[in-house]
Amino acid sequence: MALQATDLGIGDTHVQVLTDNLTRTQIVMYAGASGDYNPLHSDEVYTTQVAGYPSVFAHGMLTMGMTGRALTDWVGIGRLTAYGVRFAKQVWPGDALTATVTVEAIRDSGGTVIADLSVVTCNQHGEEVVRGSASARLDP
Amino acid sequence: MTLYPYMSDEPEEIPMPVSRFPVESAHIAMFARAIADPNPVYYDPDQAAASEIGGVPAPPTFVQASAQFDPDYLLRPAFDGPWFGSGRDATGVVRDPAQGGGLHAEQHYTYHRPLLAGDVLSAISRDGEQWEKQGRRGGALQFRETITEYRDSSGELVVTARSIGVRTGQVVEQG
Repeated sequence: MALQATDLGIGDTHVQVLTDNLTRTQIVMYAGASGDYNPLHSDEVYTTQVAGYPSVFAHGMLTMGMTGRALTDWVGIGRLTAYGVRFAKQVWPGDALTATVTVEAIRDSGGTVIADLSVVTCNQHGEEVVRGSASARLDP
Repeated sequence: MTLYPYMSDEPEEIPMPVSRFPVESAHIAMFARAIADPNPVYYDPDQAAASEIGGVPAPPTFVQASAQFDPDYLLRPAFDGPWFGSGRDATGVVRDPAQGGGLHAEQHYTYHRPLLAGDVLSAISRDGEQWEKQGRRGGALQFRETITEYRDSSGELVVTARSIGVRTGQVVEQG
């Protein structure tokens, strides 16, 4: 279901739990689907013994992808015109992630109603892991 | 990483240009599972066909999977030759740590139309802006923007991706 402009107001938010316990297997699934097989995301031996991290960690693009679900669940499939994030912090196995999407503006762009959104995903400590923005086409 | 709060210790994963990136429904389903998105439109072509956009849509970050179609992608083991992950030893390639690493700092997409299963894309990348900042732990941080245009088989622009990577002159410590 796509959102209608009349249903949305500036400051409206959508909060969505993306995972309550990110698993290593989920990260492996992302490696397989995306084609990014960097061993930092799946190879505990390499990551701890050679790269010096405490464990494997998620691809930034996995977090961005999971966060994108909060957008499409809210504004509808095929409605995004833009989506971008900055990677703020690493995401580790066991993390719980929650996305918050906020309406920042609603504007008319050549007869099309566009909602400008901010999006932030935080871990279980309340730390931002990604922050960004998106725009979506609304029904009038 | 407090000086650059948006910089992650995320290795660069910027796909290189690809000449042919067929967008297939099975790949979309696999990718949707991988981002833990249960929306049935990704898994049920009949339901997708009846939806507003009339086909199986690609999730918003799907074009990142164009790496699968880059024959020389460096973050996938080659058919022959060493791989830097573990096997018999903890790594198959000893790299010079003084070189530091590349990190993925930002990723942005502009969607010109919905991307659907059945589309066949090609991608061309070009350099964008470059800038430098002084790192908090010393050493210069070099930021580099790469813009990738994904076009369909008729040449129509479907997705524009803008990726910002950062290179460090030294090994990046955890923030």
